[in-house]
Amino acid sequence: MEAMRLTVNGVELKALVEPRMLLVQLLRESLRLTGTHVGCDTTQCGACVVHLNGRSVKSCTVLALSAAGGMVTTIEGLAKSAAEPHPVQQAFCDHHALQCGFCTSGMIMTACALIDRHGSKLDEAMVRQSLDGNICRCTGYQTIVEAIVDAAGRSGHV
Amino acid sequence: MRQGGLVMYDFVYLRAESVAEACQAATENLEALFLAGGQSLLPILKSRLAAPGLVIDIRHIVSIGHIVDGSDMVSIGAGVCHADVGDSAVVQDRIPALAALAASIGDMHVRNLGTLGGSIALNDPAADYPAALLALDATVHTNSRDLAAAHFLTGMMSTALEPGEMVTGVTFGVPQAAAYRKVRNPASGFPMAGVLVARFADGHRVAVSGVGSDGAFRWTAAEALADSGVDPAGLEALEPNGVTVLSDLQASADFRLHLMRLMTYEALDALR
Repeated sequence: MEAMRLTVNGVELKALVEPRMLLVQLLRESLRLTGTHVGCDTTQCGACVVHLNGRSVKSCTVLALSAAGGMVTTIEGLAKSAAEPHPVQQAFCDHHALQCGFCTSGMIMTACALIDRHGSKLDEAMVRQSLDGNICRCTGYQTIVEAIVDAAGRSGHV
Repeated sequence: MRQGGLVMYDFVYLRAESVAEACQAATENLEALFLAGGQSLLPILKSRLAAPGLVIDIRHIVSIGHIVDGSDMVSIGAGVCHADVGDSAVVQDRIPALAALAASIGDMHVRNLGTLGGSIALNDPAADYPAALLALDATVHTNSRDLAAAHFLTGMMSTALEPGEMVTGVTFGVPQAAAYRKVRNPASGFPMAGVLVARFADGHRVAVSGVGSDGAFRWTAAEALADSGVDPAGLEALEPNGVTVLSDLQASADFRLHLMRLMTYEALDALR
């Protein structure tokens, strides 16, 4: 077991991990941040997407020790409180952009990364192309795309 | 996925701070593997297809994170991720086809971690980058030597790297013009056929990914056609020289050849 430090949602933490431990396990099992999901475990579905050092990554395909010393944001780190959802979360509610919810945290973390990068320039075509690393079995993507385009347009940055 | 990472064969983890440290550790532990972005290695380890006793994390080595504009060449460090190559103002300006290729790899999350060095050191026949190495007259730099791309890439999943040797960067020639056209596997994003066509002063280079079972290759018949200025419709009749064409669930050999001809045609068309 090795000791490591990681800042998660703004809080610096210490953990003892096996070298084989994946970042998604550290988050879900050690830290009980279960909003991040394991869908496929084969780097395809994107249900495990979090932000590592400001970039979206598939946490099932990162070793916890490789993330050591870095900063992680999970879905739990977005909203200020339950009463004040993040604008992207609100857009997903408004547009009915989820059904079972399993892909949703990964979709929202992906959307935040896209909006950070492209702001209100995001259009339907760009969003559809950029979501090729995230799979949804329920919605057919239409409402997810609408939610992201809407949130991007309101994001107030270009 | 109750086991998570525990499905992997156990290993010791070492984070290298320098190329020298990484290569020293690899030379002392011949079954060690280098971990760069991990977007190929971790799936391989999770599938139990490899069992390195030591994993040497090279993702944090600063000296291999450069992109340098060198007038008639661009040098990219082995540790630069695909997203950064795609976003680079230098690469977009000097070799836009290379930026486009990098930006087409996998998906946005994979591109945030996967690296140039990791991709070429694996030399997966379905990978995008090896075609760029061949078409852009690249030199591969390691901790101990420099190799022409055609000598570095030695076959399916194999390279000229010796035990303990690590890719540190790649220098690409800057062509007069280049274009990359690819048919993506709709699930994985890998090229079912990916063709990079580059025009240099001394002629065209046409390199193909995703088609040959031994990896990327230069389609010399297509290069001759392009150099002769003949209508690219002539590609229809051309065969790739001495290449075993991949055939699998995704695409038969014939279909892959068809895609290769189509992508070559489109890339050449883009150069006009």
